[in-house]
Amino acid sequence: MDRGVDRHRAPLTRRRVVTAGIFAIPTAFLAVFFLVPATTLVLTGLRDGGSWDLGEVGRVLGSSSTRRVAWFTLWQAAVSTVLTVVVALPAAWIIGRVQMRGRALFAAVLVVPFVLPTVVVGTAFLAVLDRGGPLAGLRQSAAAVILAHVFFNYAVIARTVGAAWAAVDPSTEEAARTLGASRWTAFLTVVLPQLRSALAGAASIVFLFTFTSFGVVKILGGPRIATIEVEIHRVTTELLDLRVAAVLSLLQLAAVIAALALYRRAGVRHGSGRLRSGQSTLHRPVGVERIVVAMTVLSAGALLGAPIASLVWRSFDNASGPGLAYYRALDSVGRGSIAFVPPTEAIRNSLGFGFAAATTALVVGGLAAIGLHRLGGRARGLADSSLMLPLGTSAVTVGLGFLIALDDPPLDLRTSPILIPAAQAIIAVPFVVRTMLPAIDSVPSRLRDAASTLGASPWRVWTNVDLRLLRRPALVAYGFAFAISLGEFGATVFIARADAPTVPVAIFRALGQPGALNIGQAMALSTILLTMTTVVMLVVDRVGDARVGGF
Amino acid sequence: MNRSIRAFAVPLAGLLVIAACGDDDAATGDDGSSNEDVTITLVTHDSFNVSESVFEAFTADTGVNVEVRPAGDAGAVVNQAILTKDDPQGDVLFGIDNTFLSRALDEDLFLAHESPALDRVDDEVELDDEHRVTPIDTGDVCLNYDKAGLAAAGLEPPSTLDELLDPTYAGTLVIENPATSSPGLAFLLATVAEYGEDGWQGYWESLAANDIEVAAGWEEAYYGSFSGSGGSTGDRPVVVSYASSPPAEVIFAEEPLADAPTGVVADSCYRQIEFAGILSGTEHETEAQQLIDFMLSDTFQSDIPLNMFVYPVTDVDLPDEFVQYGVEADDPYLVDADTVARNRDEWIEEWTDIVLR
Repeated sequence: MDRGVDRHRAPLTRRRVVTAGIFAIPTAFLAVFFLVPATTLVLTGLRDGGSWDLGEVGRVLGSSSTRRVAWFTLWQAAVSTVLTVVVALPAAWIIGRVQMRGRALFAAVLVVPFVLPTVVVGTAFLAVLDRGGPLAGLRQSAAAVILAHVFFNYAVIARTVGAAWAAVDPSTEEAARTLGASRWTAFLTVVLPQLRSALAGAASIVFLFTFTSFGVVKILGGPRIATIEVEIHRVTTELLDLRVAAVLSLLQLAAVIAALALYRRAGVRHGSGRLRSGQSTLHRPVGVERIVVAMTVLSAGALLGAPIASLVWRSFDNASGPGLAYYRALDSVGRGSIAFVPPTEAIRNSLGFGFAAATTALVVGGLAAIGLHRLGGRARGLADSSLMLPLGTSAVTVGLGFLIALDDPPLDLRTSPILIPAAQAIIAVPFVVRTMLPAIDSVPSRLRDAASTLGASPWRVWTNVDLRLLRRPALVAYGFAFAISLGEFGATVFIARADAPTVPVAIFRALGQPGALNIGQAMALSTILLTMTTVVMLVVDRVGDARVGGF
Repeated sequence: MNRSIRAFAVPLAGLLVIAACGDDDAATGDDGSSNEDVTITLVTHDSFNVSESVFEAFTADTGVNVEVRPAGDAGAVVNQAILTKDDPQGDVLFGIDNTFLSRALDEDLFLAHESPALDRVDDEVELDDEHRVTPIDTGDVCLNYDKAGLAAAGLEPPSTLDELLDPTYAGTLVIENPATSSPGLAFLLATVAEYGEDGWQGYWESLAANDIEVAAGWEEAYYGSFSGSGGSTGDRPVVVSYASSPPAEVIFAEEPLADAPTGVVADSCYRQIEFAGILSGTEHETEAQQLIDFMLSDTFQSDIPLNMFVYPVTDVDLPDEFVQYGVEADDPYLVDADTVARNRDEWIEEWTDIVLR
């Protein structure tokens, strides 16, 4: 619809050239940091020993253990995704619609689980699933894995859908209500269709995340459960069997491509929400809404708050009562050794990588989203899915791929500090695209037309109309990219790192030895990490919420 | 429009911060290269640690700077070295242990170097006759127990692997999965050494029937399921950990302890030996040899216990806490590296069938 208007403004060929130009940076970035490394490793694996052995492909795919692992991977991801959407949707409504004290903090704290190292949250969960407790039956079970998936991905749904919800014009819903529709009918028939694109996008990300889940499955699922990702990691790191790893990687990729094709078939392409800038869409909750708000906040508090609170508490829980012994230890224990990380340095490194990764992801993902908006038909669907693939690819495949693919000049990046934010940005780009694209699609074309009619240049139209309307989704995306970087450990584990330890790295070092001071320091660092995350989210949200005068 | 630009000011400010940091790094790099000294790279695992003063002493003696590059856990380091064999990431590799040794030697990763300092090292830990790798430290994987936890349950600490089969120890033991954890594999190998290549399966059938818990890795087992550590949340009083864990409990206690809260079952230990080797492809073979020799010096060896919580291979004095609370097994279990390499995958598979299915 909108694009028809754009299309006859410039000759088709010129339009194509511009679109190609916009895609240049995202394409180059994905090629260098994802496609080449991953392909290199898979090909190395398939050719292991110098010859192609495709019989192995059949053997691995046909084995009953592969089938069992693949089936578990699929069903747990589907259940985790559906459950996360259902549980987190009310929180999205609060973020997008409800005016209440502490809303900003609520929205910011939700991101915390997303950044905490799995091993830290894992032990917190294990404590919750204490043998004596009511949830003891969940220890080492698929249920524990699914519960943790909801915990980790809650914010993905709540924040991205919340941002979309804030952009939906409340007057359409009000109109439906005036015409006699119940609150529920108005939601289902008026609001939900406008959220469909954002919801499907966020759900697809949760699906990919849980489909390729690694740490949660390993720690909470127990030794009897494995996803394809866990198997890839095991055969690669324990057996160094790159051939089996390559076959499993291809299987994972095929499943992810199939899932993305289904997502495209669902017809989710155009945002139909009406973006608004200016008036607040928030209102004070009334009547039954108050109950929904209370229940949502309470359930989020139980699910997300309890493990986080126990972790924060443990960071202050000294032998002789509450105190700062573990925080003081951060600056003293191990001083004089090369592995000692001054906490200020770890924080600075984390923030530095966060800025670099999030900025890179915003530029790359933003350009990709603008390019996708300009594309039509099958090309758009395919390009869109390709951008999602990094989320569906094993971190160990890409990480080891870096080592063997990026070792020749001019791209000898193996030991470059660029590699860390680049690897993190690769994971964050799909977020940016999923958040930005529905927003770009729903910029009303009449605004652009009006601006051009008044004589604005295309650049001026873009900065005055699009940029202004896209600010909030851009910041939501930026915040997520930042959070991914703050918490990321997986991909960079496989890279020999330049000496720039981040907070998660410091947490792992602290957990390496027995002793109360070590686990205490890990808890203190985790508390610092979650505080950093909350502050970054609050800042990002505040910038996003700052009201601009209406048109 | 100006205000909407503000949204993008945050990322831009970030870029500036990065740019500023980048300048710092560049400046340090310049300082380094203005110095004529050679820098060699030590590729190692994330647990590697040493006092700053120790490498400073090496640089003062030899003029050689050492850059340490950690690259994941011990297994990951070896895998990466194999994958980057043609274009290695460093000059010296430290941290390959006896369970991965055969894999590395088969791949011809290392240049031979018979260090003159080897005469101070026990022959038992020199596993390669061609001296492609040099032993640097040993770490014993042993059963640890929670003294208070066992006492509360009215139990004595087990003294042998056999005793763990006694029904009184049901529900007390947490181990690591040998498929995903290095101490887990070491404990499996201990049982292979004790009961033989055809006997360990029977032992595990009985052990699995005695309510044991299998955790993914050491962190989960020790901090999540074991009850004896100062910071743990678990309720199982026996765990597979290290001989040096009780000294670490004392050294890293939050308030000074009169005694270690945990003990070691001395007759349950499996010996892990860590080696260093010169990566073939290095352009600094002489300096790499100097570093290997230095790693066997008293300066380096006596720095090992308190930084890496493993034991030196030469007879330097141990820290008090190690003498008082640690155990150096007289006759630890050890399975020959080639036998491990040949059977490892099959044993893990068999173990998985017995214990997990």
